[in-house]
Amino acid sequence: MSSTTLDQNTKQPRSLKPSKASDPSASAGSLKESLLSRTGAMLIMGIFTLYFLIPIWWLFVASSKSQGQLLTTNGLWFADFNLFQNIGDLFAYRDGVFLRWMGNSVLYAGLGGLVATIIAGMCGYALAKYRFPGREVIFNVVLGGVLVPATALALPLFLLFSQAQLTNTFWAVFLPSIVSPFGVYLTRIFAAQSVPDELIEASRIDGAGEIRTFFTVSIRLMAPALVTVFLFQFVAIWNNFFLPLIMLRSEELFPVTFGLYAWNTQLNQVPELRPYVLIGALLSIIPLIVTFLLLQRFWRSGLGTGSLK
Amino acid sequence: MQHMKRAAGVVLLATLALAGCSATGGGDGTAADADACKPSTGKVDLEFTSWIPGIEDAVALWNSENPDIQVKVQTGPNGNSGTYQNFFNQLKAGNAPDLGQIEYDALPNFRVQDGLEDIGVCSEVAEAKDSFVPWTWGQVTLGTDKSVYGVPQDSGPMALFYRSDLFEANNIPVPTTWAEYKDAAKKVRAAGGYITNFSQSDINQFAGFVWQADGQWFQNNGDEWTVDLTSDASKQVADYWQELIDEDLVSTVPAWTDEWNNAYNSGNVWSWNSAVWGANSIASGAPDTAGKWSVAPAPQWNAGEEKAGNWGGSSVAVFKGTDHLYEASKFALWLNTSDESLTLLNKSANIYPATTEGLSLPSLQEGVEFYGGQKIYDVFADAATQVNPDFVWGPTMTQTYADVSDGFKAAVTGDGTLFDALTDGQKSTIDAMKAQSIPVKG
Repeated sequence: MSSTTLDQNTKQPRSLKPSKASDPSASAGSLKESLLSRTGAMLIMGIFTLYFLIPIWWLFVASSKSQGQLLTTNGLWFADFNLFQNIGDLFAYRDGVFLRWMGNSVLYAGLGGLVATIIAGMCGYALAKYRFPGREVIFNVVLGGVLVPATALALPLFLLFSQAQLTNTFWAVFLPSIVSPFGVYLTRIFAAQSVPDELIEASRIDGAGEIRTFFTVSIRLMAPALVTVFLFQFVAIWNNFFLPLIMLRSEELFPVTFGLYAWNTQLNQVPELRPYVLIGALLSIIPLIVTFLLLQRFWRSGLGTGSLK
Repeated sequence: MQHMKRAAGVVLLATLALAGCSATGGGDGTAADADACKPSTGKVDLEFTSWIPGIEDAVALWNSENPDIQVKVQTGPNGNSGTYQNFFNQLKAGNAPDLGQIEYDALPNFRVQDGLEDIGVCSEVAEAKDSFVPWTWGQVTLGTDKSVYGVPQDSGPMALFYRSDLFEANNIPVPTTWAEYKDAAKKVRAAGGYITNFSQSDINQFAGFVWQADGQWFQNNGDEWTVDLTSDASKQVADYWQELIDEDLVSTVPAWTDEWNNAYNSGNVWSWNSAVWGANSIASGAPDTAGKWSVAPAPQWNAGEEKAGNWGGSSVAVFKGTDHLYEASKFALWLNTSDESLTLLNKSANIYPATTEGLSLPSLQEGVEFYGGQKIYDVFADAATQVNPDFVWGPTMTQTYADVSDGFKAAVTGDGTLFDALTDGQKSTIDAMKAQSIPVKG
C-alpha cells in the first residue's frame, strides 16, 4: 500500500502541472528544487504511512499471540506464533458465529453496494441526460441528503421500520444501505461529461430503448464512476455500525463490526473474548483491503473526475 | 404479535385511566388487578435480550424442558454500550422484547420511564423473595413494599484482592481496616510499588466504597427523589482516597487499559478492592502473577465491623407491553434460581448468583489455582451477606457516572478534589432529573 501512496505522490505534480514536470527541457535549478521538495514530501508521506500502518501491524502481531502473552510481551513484536491456532479457535467459537457475521457483512456490503450503485447510476444518468421539470429540485434534494449524516437517520429509520414490523430483519440493514446520495451526485457529474448526447441519439436511431441504451452503452462509459460509487458504498456499509446496533437483536443477523463490538463490551466480564476480538478485527479488514486493491485503479480515476469538476 | 402488543398497551392505558374499573379483554392488567398474572393458554413464545455470553445454553435447557414456553435469546452489546438505549427505543416503538437483562443501577431509569412490568403481582415471584440474598431483593423492589421490577441474577460483593507473596516478603500485615490499609500503602510505596490503583472511571466501584460505609446516594419516598452524593459517608470515602492520591500512595492509570493490566502484571500494583467477578479480570490481565494472589475481606472503617460493598450485578426484568407476564416471570425465576441454570451461567460467564443457595454451588466451593488454591468464593459468600440492603440507585445513573467521572479525572491530575467532583455531580444530577421532569428534592 505504501508503494501506491508514493506512486501517487510522484504522479500528482505531473498531472497538476503538466507543463513543468513533463517538459524535458526544464532548467537544472527547478529540477533540484523539485528534488528537494519531493524528498520532503516523501518524508512526510513516509511518516504518515508508518503512522497509519503501525496499528495494523500491532493488530497483526497481537493476533498471533496466545492470550497469556498478549499483555505481557512487546506489543510490536512477535512472541510464539499462534495466528493459525487463534484463527481456528475463533472459527470454532460458538459454532462459528464469527463466520456467519463475516458472511452477513459481505452480503450487506456487497449486495447493498451493488444495488446502491445501480440505483445511483441510473438516477445520476437520468438527472444528467434527460430534461424534465423539477430536475434541479430533485438533484438539490438528493444533494441535501449528502449533508445528513447516516447516524442522525438511524433512530427515525428504526421507528419507521418498527411501524412496518421490519426491525431485526435482513431488510432493516439492507434497505437503508442501498441509498447513496453521494453516488447520485458523482454519477450525474460523470455522466454529464463522459456520455456524449450524440451516442445516446445514435442508439435511439438504431432502435434501442432508453433502458437498453443505459445498460449497454452508457453504463460502460460510466464505469469508473460506478466503481467509485460501489467502493464508497461498500466501505460505508461495511463500517456502518450504528444502524445494525439500533436495528438488530438476533445474533445471526449481525454484521461483523457489530458482533465484534458486542464482544468487546463484554471483556470486563469475559476476558477470554479478548483474543477473539483482536483476530476478528484483523480478519474483518481483509475483505476491505482486497476490494480496495482490486478496484483502486478505477477508483482513482473516478474520484479525480468527480473532484475536478 | 406486534398488533396484539399494541392492543394490549392500549388496553393497559385504558385500565390505568379508568383506575379501578375492571378491564375487559387483554392478557395483562395493572398491579391492582388480582389475576394480572395468569397463565396464557396454548404455546407461548418469549423474546429475551441479554448480553451474557453463553446464556443461550441455559435457555436451550429451559426450552427443552418447557415445550409450551419457548424462549428466543436476542443479544447485543452490554447495557450501557447500547442495549439500554435500544430498549428505550423499542419501548417507544412498542416492540420491546418480553424480557431483558438490566443491571441494578439502570433499573430505576427504566422504572421512571415506565418501561417495566411489576412482576410482584405473580405469586411465584413474591414467594421467591426468601431464596435471594436479602439486599439483592432490595435492588429490584426499588424501595417499594410489594412491587418487584426484576429477578436478581448476580451480584458483585467486594473484597480485597492482594499479592500475598509481596505483602509477606515485605512483612506487611494484611490490612483489616482502611486506616491499616493506608499504613500498608506507605510501606508498599517505600518498597517501590503502589498498594492499588484508583480508578477515575469506575464510579460504581466508588459507590461500592460509599455503600460499604453505609452511605446513600439516592432515596425515593414514593413521591420524590432525594439525591445525596455528598453525605458524610461519601465525604469520608472521598477524603480518604484524596489523601492517598495526594500523598502519591496509589497509582492513577486509566482502568481496563493495557497499561492498567500491565501495572498489575508487572507487580507494580499490589492490591485491588474489587467485586467477585474481578477474580477473573486479574487472572486474565495479569497472567504472570498466577498463584501469588489471595483474597481477604474488605478493609473496614471501624475495626471489628463486618461490612461489604457491592460493585455490579444485574437482574432480568419484564418489559411493559408483554402479553405473557406469567410465563415471562416464571422463566426469569427459573433462569436465576435453578441449580442447573446457575451452574451453566457461572461456568460460561462467571455469573455469581444472587440466591442464597446459589452461593454454595459446587463450582464455588473449589480452590482457585490462580489464588494459590485458596477457596476465594468463601470470602465473597460472607461478603454477600454483609452488604447494606438499603442502597438505592438513581434514575439517571449514566449521567451521574459520566459527570462524577469527569470530576475524578480532573481530581487525579490535581484539579479539584474527589469531593468537589461529587458536589458537582450532585448538582448536575438534580438538574438532569429536573430536565426529565422527575420529581426531585433540591
